Amino acid sequence: MLTMKEILETIRMVQEENLDIRTITMGISLRDCAHPDPKVATGKIYDKVTRLAERLVVTGEEIEKEYGIPIVNKRISVTPISMVAEASDTDDYVIFAKALDEAAEQVGVNFIGGFSALVHKGFTKGDRILIDSIPEALDVTHRVCSSVNVATTKDGINMDAVYRMGQVVVETARRTADRDGLGCAKLVVFANVPEDNPFMAGAFHGVGEPECVINVGVSGPGVVKNAVEKVKDQDFGVLADTVKKTAFKITRMGELVGRTAAKKLNVPFGIVDLSLAPTPAVGDSVAEVLEAMGLERCGTHGTTAALALLNDAVKKGGAMASGYVGGLSGAFIPVSEDAGMIRAVEEGVLTLEKLEAMTCVCSVGLDMIAVPGDTPAETIAAIIADEVAIGMINMKTTAVRIIPALGKKVGDSVEFGGLLGKAPVMPVKQASSSLFVKRGGRIPAPIHSLKN
Amino acid sequence: MKHLKKGEGGNRVIISVIGKDRVGIIAEVTTILQQSNINVLDISQTIMQDLFAMILVADMNESKVDMAELKDLLIAKGEELGVRIDAQHEDVFLYMHRI
Repeated sequence: MLTMKEILETIRMVQEENLDIRTITMGISLRDCAHPDPKVATGKIYDKVTRLAERLVVTGEEIEKEYGIPIVNKRISVTPISMVAEASDTDDYVIFAKALDEAAEQVGVNFIGGFSALVHKGFTKGDRILIDSIPEALDVTHRVCSSVNVATTKDGINMDAVYRMGQVVVETARRTADRDGLGCAKLVVFANVPEDNPFMAGAFHGVGEPECVINVGVSGPGVVKNAVEKVKDQDFGVLADTVKKTAFKITRMGELVGRTAAKKLNVPFGIVDLSLAPTPAVGDSVAEVLEAMGLERCGTHGTTAALALLNDAVKKGGAMASGYVGGLSGAFIPVSEDAGMIRAVEEGVLTLEKLEAMTCVCSVGLDMIAVPGDTPAETIAAIIADEVAIGMINMKTTAVRIIPALGKKVGDSVEFGGLLGKAPVMPVKQASSSLFVKRGGRIPAPIHSLKN
Repeated sequence: MKHLKKGEGGNRVIISVIGKDRVGIIAEVTTILQQSNINVLDISQTIMQDLFAMILVADMNESKVDMAELKDLLIAKGEELGVRIDAQHEDVFLYMHRI
């Protein structure tokens, strides 16, 4: 029996608390698109993506109408292009990025992820070409997202790749400097990358995935914040329970939308990513959830503990709500996409070091962080190394999405608008990490990789 | 509210009206439903924080319009009356509040 109270609660979540389905992402395998002639290969890619995703956006809009739940993004993820393009006789994969971009534009999705390579243990020919192509690819396309996995718990950290990615980030920033380094907002460096992540910019369609699949990412920091505010004076047990129950309700929406979309599109349903993903909109902030727990400002002492509680409670509530959970699953803490995070950085409370600590207990990493434009590639690489080391040792996914703001320094900010928001430039350490990152080779996997 | 079980000919719609109370809101909404051949199963209303909230459950099995058309009709009517009217498939509520 549905009560008036329950119905009004759902309506309030959508109308006032920014509850939305952040993304329905169609994963498409391109493994059958490889061809020695790159023109043939890119033609096959364009044809396959446009054929399978032809009705994705329309279907998303239909579901939005029927259920009255906003679906903010419809997106596509594909097999890492390094694997698909490798058979082609070319040393430049920008043409593949362009084909993805055109296909995305044709079907009307705002992002397509999978200009990616997995190099945690070393590079193949295709991996190298892909990584070399990233700066130009992100410069000349609008919708393509790129990711590179440089470390896993089982294999250690490929430090050659970490250093190379430091250089690629700087070069991408340089090439897209006229857009505030927008290319870097579409480039993620990972440790332990999940192969079914529906969220950009790190989404790709993993090799163990089916031909085509629908994955869903949910979001509702505003809903969680309002629930947390209602238990202001109660103890941590009550607080965790409140978050759990709220996360359950949010995730149920994702499950419903995902299953409905999969059915309508006649493809299997993959996973729900139990994530609290903020937007720059007022009242849709993860930082504000932490502040609602009793912290004057996100980033002050106690923030890591608050985030640990939040992240775990979201998983506990969400896991019950969905048949299949995957992706990144947890609280996201991007700086530029979260009004509360931006405020905390501007006030000097939230620092890079504190963010790094926070990434030990949540689902992503150093996300959408702007650093001074003169930051050397070696320092960027060292920041990446620190972050992927956290992922490797703690057997979790971590990532870095960092934007060197060319011509800007601490006190300035970069503005992307829309979902990507704005990022205040954060200070980095001036002491050099150059000799460290230039050693080359791999940091060995930790002893707990020997589990068998 | 009426018992609504999953799979019970599940083509029911939940119409919500939220806004400032005024004469004739229910009449206006139910007129649209009548014209579309949509059967009203249940209506309840409450005043929350001096806002009028009405929840109406209706059966769309014999409806002459589809969900998207009904939504457009109701949203337009809401704008005319100065209240917010929305229509959602009942599964949203069942899924969220029932395991």
